[in-house]
Amino acid sequence: MNEKYQVSVSPHVRDSISTRKIMLFVIIALLPACIVGVVNFGPYALLILCVSVASSVAAEYCYERALKKPVTTGDLSAVVTGLLIGMNMPPQIPWWIPVIGSVFAIVVVKQVFGGLGQNFMNPALGARCFLLISFSSEMTNYAAGRGLTSLVTKVASTTDALSGATPLAYLKTGAHFDLGALFLGNVQGVIGETSAIALLAGGIFLLVMQIIDWKIPVIYLGSFAVLVLITAAARGYSNPLEFTAEELCAGGIMLGAWFMATDYVTSPITPKGQVIYAVFLGVMTWLYRMIGNSSEGVSYAIILANCIVPLIERYTRPRAFGIRKDKRQKEAGKA
Amino acid sequence: MKLKKNSPVERLWNGLFVENPVFVLVLGTCPTLATTTSALNAIGMGLSTTVILALSNLIISALRKVIPERMRMPAYIVVIASFVTMVDFLMEGFTPALYASLGIYIPLIVVNCIIMGRAEAYAGKEPMIPSFFDGLGMGLGFTAAIFCIASIREIIGAGTWFGMQVMPSGYVPVNIFVLAPGAFLVYAFLVAVMNKLKIGAGRRPKKEWDPTEKICGDCLSCMKLGICDEKPESCSETPAQTIARSKGTVAEAIAAPAAEKPAAGAAPSSEKKEATKS
Repeated sequence: MNEKYQVSVSPHVRDSISTRKIMLFVIIALLPACIVGVVNFGPYALLILCVSVASSVAAEYCYERALKKPVTTGDLSAVVTGLLIGMNMPPQIPWWIPVIGSVFAIVVVKQVFGGLGQNFMNPALGARCFLLISFSSEMTNYAAGRGLTSLVTKVASTTDALSGATPLAYLKTGAHFDLGALFLGNVQGVIGETSAIALLAGGIFLLVMQIIDWKIPVIYLGSFAVLVLITAAARGYSNPLEFTAEELCAGGIMLGAWFMATDYVTSPITPKGQVIYAVFLGVMTWLYRMIGNSSEGVSYAIILANCIVPLIERYTRPRAFGIRKDKRQKEAGKA
Repeated sequence: MKLKKNSPVERLWNGLFVENPVFVLVLGTCPTLATTTSALNAIGMGLSTTVILALSNLIISALRKVIPERMRMPAYIVVIASFVTMVDFLMEGFTPALYASLGIYIPLIVVNCIIMGRAEAYAGKEPMIPSFFDGLGMGLGFTAAIFCIASIREIIGAGTWFGMQVMPSGYVPVNIFVLAPGAFLVYAFLVAVMNKLKIGAGRRPKKEWDPTEKICGDCLSCMKLGICDEKPESCSETPAQTIARSKGTVAEAIAAPAAEKPAAGAAPSSEKKEATKS
């Protein structure tokens, strides 16, 4: 028998898409928001983004070389992680903070658990929360950037504090914020979260390219919006609908919903599970933002949801074709 | 190095390294995580636990023939609680600052699972002298372990060691290390290091798993069944014979031994059925 058949396990049907291509699309989708951030906050923001990406790739390379594992920096996932960390930094942050964040994200959150595909939470968000707890004053110092003069004067006229207040802190008090500025990104915040339209463009690009599924971002944003609308109406805010729109555009929810909650590794693979996950995210974000003390809670909501993903998947496992839940089998199991 | 079993040195070495209560047995996790915010707290907690552990082991071992089997847990607790109360009062009187910073964790030594564990696993069965040294070794092992964790947490998380500034003045403390998540992180990393040192775990096999590789000696679970013709040393027949015996198809070859095994065990159950029928 000369002819040998290759025996292998499923899947047998393969696509031309690779991790590298997917990550490349994600990077392209993130670029508009990065550009807006750099235009908004000046060249130092660009430096922060570069430092994050470089340190994250370096961390992955060094770790894998040190442990004599195959080096996987070529799949660009470390670049995406680094970029997301950079986008989560306030514009005036000391440069070494994103470096610590990148090392934590790559080594502790990702590689220690077995590398890409094995991490139980989104590495970039794990790093963000690590840094937020460790360096809370530096991480919440939203000093005004270059293009923010109009906003600063507006802030100065209404409150005593000149720096520090993000749009969300305003919304927390029930006050309104300029929706146009929120949409375009001419506001305070971390480098990559300010412009809702740039993030939305990136998200829609990923949707069109079929990199992500619509379920998680749309249901996340939708359930959050419905809850906020009800709360705003119940609290008697002047224009609940506008308030909801402002909540959706302000802070990290756009970045989180399109780019972080949809991480393949840390979101459910079952369609039913994705719906549960997205609703859970919406509810948690609403709890953090509207009920809790802090004004922002997207990152905590997402890493919390990441942790319950295995549980969600376990209970939403689809029925295999031709197999039904057999009562007799259950009884046999009990006996 | 071969130590004589149950000798004092062997017991100390066992507690410090071989069966370190924190890193190997993973006992007493609650005080390990909660009292390691500073090196001083850890030393205080570790030494008070050591004293209680050694003395309660000694007394429990002395009473091991008097304590009835079914009542041993309450008896152990009475002994342990007495020593904890003594240490509690002594610390309150002589080291009020340390007592205040350890707080509830001193009274909680009563239910510390290292102490309960050693009473149950060792002191309740063995003579007094080895039991005392077992308690001492375990206590010192606990102290050493939480001292390591606390030192790392304090230096990184506060830039100090025993309250003294050890990091340069420009150092920004990484607050998370003195908070709860830092405790878990440092604990996990030290357990990993300990495993690496102790059993060489974490060493990966050099070769990647290859599904088409022949697993000789077990033809039926080999992916090359039907392709390969080699006769493994441990098998009584060639793969071809295996297949022939199971009427030629791979599926049946795999199913064949599974069917044979229950056949042997099935006989008594069928007898039972008959018995119930009759």
